[in-house]
Amino acid sequence: MSTVIVIGAGTAGTLVANRLAKQLSPNDTIIAIDQDNSHLYQPGLLFVPFGKAKPSKLTRPRAAQLSRRVTYIQASVESIDTKANTVFLKDRSPIPYDVAVIASGSRVVTEETEGLIGEGWLKDAFTFYTLEGATALRDRLANFTSGRIVVNVVDMPIKCPVAPLEFCFLVDAFFSDRSTRDKVKITYVTPLDGAFTKPVCSSILGSMLNDRNVELITEFNTGSVDYASNTLVSYDGRTVPFDIAVLIPPHAGAEFIFKSPGLGDEFGFIPTEPKSLVSKVASNIFVIGDATDIPASKAGSVAHFEGEVVCNNVLHYLKSEPFEETFDGHANCFIESGHKKAMLIDFNYETEPLPGKFPLRIGAPLLKESRINHLGKLAFAWVYWHVLLKGRDIPLIGSQMPKSGKQFSTKPVREVTPTQSQESH
Amino acid sequence: MTTASYVGIEVELNDEGFFTDPSAWREEMAPMIAKEMGIDELTDEHWRVIRFVRDRYLQTGGGPSVRVLGKTSGVEVKDLYRLFPKGPAKQAAKIAGIPKPVGCI
Repeated sequence: MSTVIVIGAGTAGTLVANRLAKQLSPNDTIIAIDQDNSHLYQPGLLFVPFGKAKPSKLTRPRAAQLSRRVTYIQASVESIDTKANTVFLKDRSPIPYDVAVIASGSRVVTEETEGLIGEGWLKDAFTFYTLEGATALRDRLANFTSGRIVVNVVDMPIKCPVAPLEFCFLVDAFFSDRSTRDKVKITYVTPLDGAFTKPVCSSILGSMLNDRNVELITEFNTGSVDYASNTLVSYDGRTVPFDIAVLIPPHAGAEFIFKSPGLGDEFGFIPTEPKSLVSKVASNIFVIGDATDIPASKAGSVAHFEGEVVCNNVLHYLKSEPFEETFDGHANCFIESGHKKAMLIDFNYETEPLPGKFPLRIGAPLLKESRINHLGKLAFAWVYWHVLLKGRDIPLIGSQMPKSGKQFSTKPVREVTPTQSQESH
Repeated sequence: MTTASYVGIEVELNDEGFFTDPSAWREEMAPMIAKEMGIDELTDEHWRVIRFVRDRYLQTGGGPSVRVLGKTSGVEVKDLYRLFPKGPAKQAAKIAGIPKPVGCI
């Protein structure tokens, strides 16, 4: 007779609530809370600016994604009292819990960058990380024929760290298709010292930018946005002019975390044990998805792979058993590269994205553009709504990262494809 | 990998000039490392950041980013750049003898 409360009914919250519904005893109560009833398919946002995804098709009611075993409450969480095991809600009675699973995600904070919310916002500067921003950007790109497009990651960490690079590839393809690519200058501006954080991947993505004639500006920490001259200004005084700025503002955890003493860090992310996903705050609080501070990507695939461990550990807690420490930081992302092609990357805490095949020695190519990966990315929308959110496992893809298809530099894996398997290397 | 000598002690640095062994660092080395980067004098403000960065590394195993420094060190980002013009996170990490702060993934 326990109450498990899941805070947030996005990707992570929905899949964990549905997993718990299958595993907890019928006497236990499962509650999921979110502030609205609109579940957004976030991977679709990337395609909205190019007219390749309809905004109205990207959302579905949150409640409809949850098992009937789960009680859905639509309310704003004000704070959590971790000592009194109680969640406080706006305009509703507080709810006491035995176990809380925090799945409140991360959000873009536009007010942290000086000048960003100014006269040019949603006119010349946009973010595609929100449905409103992606839609406004679509309308601006539709009429854009020449000038400078600057894609800028303001600061890390961000959700789906490859999305800004995918945006560069897609904007290149968008103007190539319209035969106006030579009139559009595309620049990628990042605070990192390369295109991406992980070395092998960074060099491959860096050369892909180069191949597409996308200028790369590194170690640029955006201090302010100046709409009088339409320039980005870095803290060390460098400037980048733009006609359209596509900004990825810094991210933070949910607002209630800042109002809950001792719960989150300076960005509102919750200190979490990386292998068990138990919070460092209390042993009856678990964290899943973007809300954690673990060194894994803030991505839907990570939430999916975390689901099994979180669910098992909630059960272990209720039975007073020791926690399992099996989450390895597994992430798996498609990188859309334009012209109906995509790459796939697969990595974890220890192993950076490497070339090879996924999930086994025969499979989709890793770190290499292919049409099959693009089809995989498109098919993923169906998998998302029907498999991932339901808290089901995806066949052949376990929560731990597969090693067999990857080319580790010390011990290269021989590519086994129908054409090459006859040859001797 | 290279070696450098500060206050008579040999230390190992990686290709980018960060300490490979943070425990080899001594406070007396800081002014010499700073000078190599064009920071001629370490003021109390510099030291506040250097000690903060060092403590944070000892607590968490990683160096803080500029955004973390701006929110938690008590020194604003603009001032951090005044103190460490070539990038506060990297420069302070070098002077504090800790590894390069890694970008989050």
